[in-house]
Amino acid sequence: MSITYLEAIREAQAKALADDPRVFIYGQDVGAFGGAFKATKNLAKEFPGRVLDAPISEDAILGSAVGAAIEGMRPIIEMQFADFSTVGFNQIVNQAATLFWRTRVPCPIVVRLPGGGTSGSGPFHSQSMEAIYAHYPGLVVMTPATVEDAYSMLIEAVAIDDPVIFCEHKFLYYHLKAEALPTEALPVGKARIARVGRDMTIVTYSAMVHECLAVADELKAEGYEIEVVDLRSIKPLDTDTVMASVARTGRLLCVGESWPWGGVTAEVVARVASEGFGLLDAPPQRLNAKDTPVPYHPNLWAAHRPTARSIAAAARRLLQQ
Amino acid sequence: MVQTVHRPEPAVEEIPFRELYLKAFQGMLLARILDDKLASLYRSGKIHGGVFLSRGQEALSVAVGLSLRQGDVFAPLIRDTAGRLAFGETVLEALQTSLGSALGPMRGRDGNVHRGNPRAGYLAMISHLGAMISVVNGVLLGRRLKGLSGSVGATCIGEGATSTGAFHEALNQAAVEKLPLVLVVANNQYAYSTPASEQFACRALVDRALGYGVTGSEVDGTDLDACLKTIGEAVARARKGGGPQLVVANLLRLCGHGEHDDAGYIDPKLKASPLGRDCVKVSVDYLSKQGWADAAAVAAWRAEAVHQIDEAVAQVQREPAPDPFGEEWCAMSTSHLSEGGERKGGE
Repeated sequence: MSITYLEAIREAQAKALADDPRVFIYGQDVGAFGGAFKATKNLAKEFPGRVLDAPISEDAILGSAVGAAIEGMRPIIEMQFADFSTVGFNQIVNQAATLFWRTRVPCPIVVRLPGGGTSGSGPFHSQSMEAIYAHYPGLVVMTPATVEDAYSMLIEAVAIDDPVIFCEHKFLYYHLKAEALPTEALPVGKARIARVGRDMTIVTYSAMVHECLAVADELKAEGYEIEVVDLRSIKPLDTDTVMASVARTGRLLCVGESWPWGGVTAEVVARVASEGFGLLDAPPQRLNAKDTPVPYHPNLWAAHRPTARSIAAAARRLLQQ
Repeated sequence: MVQTVHRPEPAVEEIPFRELYLKAFQGMLLARILDDKLASLYRSGKIHGGVFLSRGQEALSVAVGLSLRQGDVFAPLIRDTAGRLAFGETVLEALQTSLGSALGPMRGRDGNVHRGNPRAGYLAMISHLGAMISVVNGVLLGRRLKGLSGSVGATCIGEGATSTGAFHEALNQAAVEKLPLVLVVANNQYAYSTPASEQFACRALVDRALGYGVTGSEVDGTDLDACLKTIGEAVARARKGGGPQLVVANLLRLCGHGEHDDAGYIDPKLKASPLGRDCVKVSVDYLSKQGWADAAAVAAWRAEAVHQIDEAVAQVQREPAPDPFGEEWCAMSTSHLSEGGERKGGE
């Protein structure tokens, strides 16, 4: 038996619905149709009246999620694509993210953002939104890279009393598989050492974890041991694990699929440079997508985002410094 | 630390109209005098940030607040001093927020009209117009999912906010879900300085109700009698399962957008028109005509309101301001997931 990343997300929602009567799912086409990616397949049938189709109104969907949370419910909101969350951005960053701080009333909503690039999807179905939400106080931002984390972190996201932006990667939906669902997990806020090494630390998250693991394999043949840190959640960001890894290796490369200005890789490099400058044997490096919208054609798309090839090249440059 | 909101009892439908009108008038008067006090505190430099008054909108607003009952939901907006007090907010809470008391409901974290007590159904507005409508929808949807029925959600906006995408999305959402939402639009002719003619091009905003598939009604917002009846009926229809109600009230804002604004742009012809009538004065005349209250009675109510507000101001002025060193700089309820530092006492 094996289970995909997408099936894990479906199973996590089924478990949340089964375990907690306060949980419901609301989003476009999530009901009988089962969602654009089938992440809610059969859930409307299994949990009648608790998986609700919404009009194409991201602002109203997210605003009403906040209202339901005030009423004590625990909504899971599916944005059909992460990109469309910009239409409901105001309700996330100004309504949901400020509610507890302003009024002492917690806002336990989960916003599922199917994000990240797949070839052929183009500028408006490929975006990685994690950095822009992490910028705002009051939100937890999860970026699971594995089937196990997709399952366990989504279950934890529903249990958290604050708004959680759950960035699930579309590229991993179908081809990433595990033997079984996990029975235990690291706590939210803890990064994972995805591979142990001694010569360089690569800090990354979401789909890029797999590109970086491939790079670590490739460089092993050249005699290098690369440590790969999977951040799991980018907010909170587990600075301690990153710093401890850099202390062991002396070199840092941070890789992200989103755009270069600001963002997760800039944050990690800034923290290591300011708090761990003395640990570094070479200037910390970062690698991101190019500073253009995400292109449609596979030739352009593959060159737009970091790949095992471009990451390996950046890693070799850093190892030679 | 949950505050209680004291709502009118018994249910408004059971109150004889005369009694309801008198209660509403006193609520309007209290709101007007509170606004006058806020304006004077602002001019004497006692208030940080802006002051936004409700002058000219008291009849409409008090009618909304009084038409709701215990367990209902209310998301007021910028010019709802009267509705807030009628729904159960105290003068003290209003002043604590405006004067930035650490003991107030917003603890100095938010000010002026951005106040509420969501657990008691009294939602705290954000500044982005139209954004509260779908939040009310969500509370109502949550109640439906819990199997609770019989409550109504009301929210107020101005004609300017009808131009937002959030207004459209939320009213359509309420219509699709047939929620017991009462959406009250105060067409006060100006959104800050922009006249209604540059805000919308339809004949009347109430015509939009048809397009959304909701019930629409229109009312003279300067007339307390009409406001109580029209809003009361809309609330009753929503409560009985009649779906969303769009109520448009026509009136004129009798102040600037905020106290920093002299409102020199308001057309004098509008001021002289029936829209420009002062709803408090209209009510005083009505009371006298009906023989329900004479000038002496009104003067006595006014004196009582002034006394109540002066006492509250004196109390708030003795209360501590927020202390940046004692402040918990943590935006999360789940304290250990905060990057800004944990809250005292943890989770």
